[in-house]
Amino acid sequence: MMQVGLGHYLVVSAILLVLGIFGIFLNRKNVIIILMAIELILLSVNLNFVAFSSAHNDMAGQVMAMLVLTVAAAEAAIGLAIVVIYFRNRGSIQVEDVNLMKG
Amino acid sequence: MITDILFYIFSAILLLSAAMVVSARNPVHSVLFLILAFFNAAALFLIAGAEFLAMILVIVYVGAVAVLFLFVVMMLDVDFAELRSGFQRYLPVGATVGVVLFIELAAVLGGWKLSPQAVQLHMSPTPAAMSNTEALGRLIYTHYVFLFQTAGLVLLVAMIGAIVLTLRDRKTSRHQNIRRQTERTVTQTLELLTVSLGAGMRDVGIRRPLVEETAEPQATSPYEDHGHGHGGHGHDHH
Repeated sequence: MMQVGLGHYLVVSAILLVLGIFGIFLNRKNVIIILMAIELILLSVNLNFVAFSSAHNDMAGQVMAMLVLTVAAAEAAIGLAIVVIYFRNRGSIQVEDVNLMKG
Repeated sequence: MITDILFYIFSAILLLSAAMVVSARNPVHSVLFLILAFFNAAALFLIAGAEFLAMILVIVYVGAVAVLFLFVVMMLDVDFAELRSGFQRYLPVGATVGVVLFIELAAVLGGWKLSPQAVQLHMSPTPAAMSNTEALGRLIYTHYVFLFQTAGLVLLVAMIGAIVLTLRDRKTSRHQNIRRQTERTVTQTLELLTVSLGAGMRDVGIRRPLVEETAEPQATSPYEDHGHGHGGHGHDHH
């Protein structure tokens, strides 16, 4: 078994990123799952930051990971608020129904 | 050695649960798998030596974000089976994009080499003999204080935005009318009566509430004055 290093973390986070993007394509109708897939993508970004920070003995990566974490939490809150008011107005959360801005 | 085995176990569970998040039939199961994924990612953070971030991940994601998702999934009465109807149709496109992206990432990872000089270029080297939390705290309150404030500002804006988006003024809800409260005088609220001996409440006439005053109209709600009923704008369908 190989010693776990930077490469292992990068592979795991690459697979996580691909899974997140795959999830966005797979659940194109369900906004909530899309938001969860975005959370997975941001998690893979965090994993990369932490892996590089650990491999290079540089704390700056963890500071950036904290910022990404904050942004992810804010994005989830705003996204879910939009989902809730959209459901209140239209009675569905189908992504294909979101065409009010088309005029 | 133990750490290596743990790394493989945690990353396997992380990837499996991430796959389940995007492919589960029930969105509640998706959220639960998301929680599992976050726990395993926190374990990977711990293995990498980022203890504080691991704990923050568990607290913020599992404690707040995942619970928020769970609330929304359970609160919205959505026919989720109907939402999954295009699942088979989108599978080839998604798989194609995923495979292409993964091949690209694999090419990047395969041909990527760390420059020998890059190792010396430390922005803020990890101090020895100091816990991870302390080292992080010394950084974010000094060199990265603006970044830290920006993170706080992002959270504040998100909080205000979420509240403004979801707040709505129900007609049935009773608001505090501060003007009415402060304009009340003592004579309106306090009344001195001389009560004769043995007289009941009915005889004196101090039974409250009085019948006339119960149907007190809430004339001016402060929210209706300005006329911005939150959430009410989207109703006009063309």
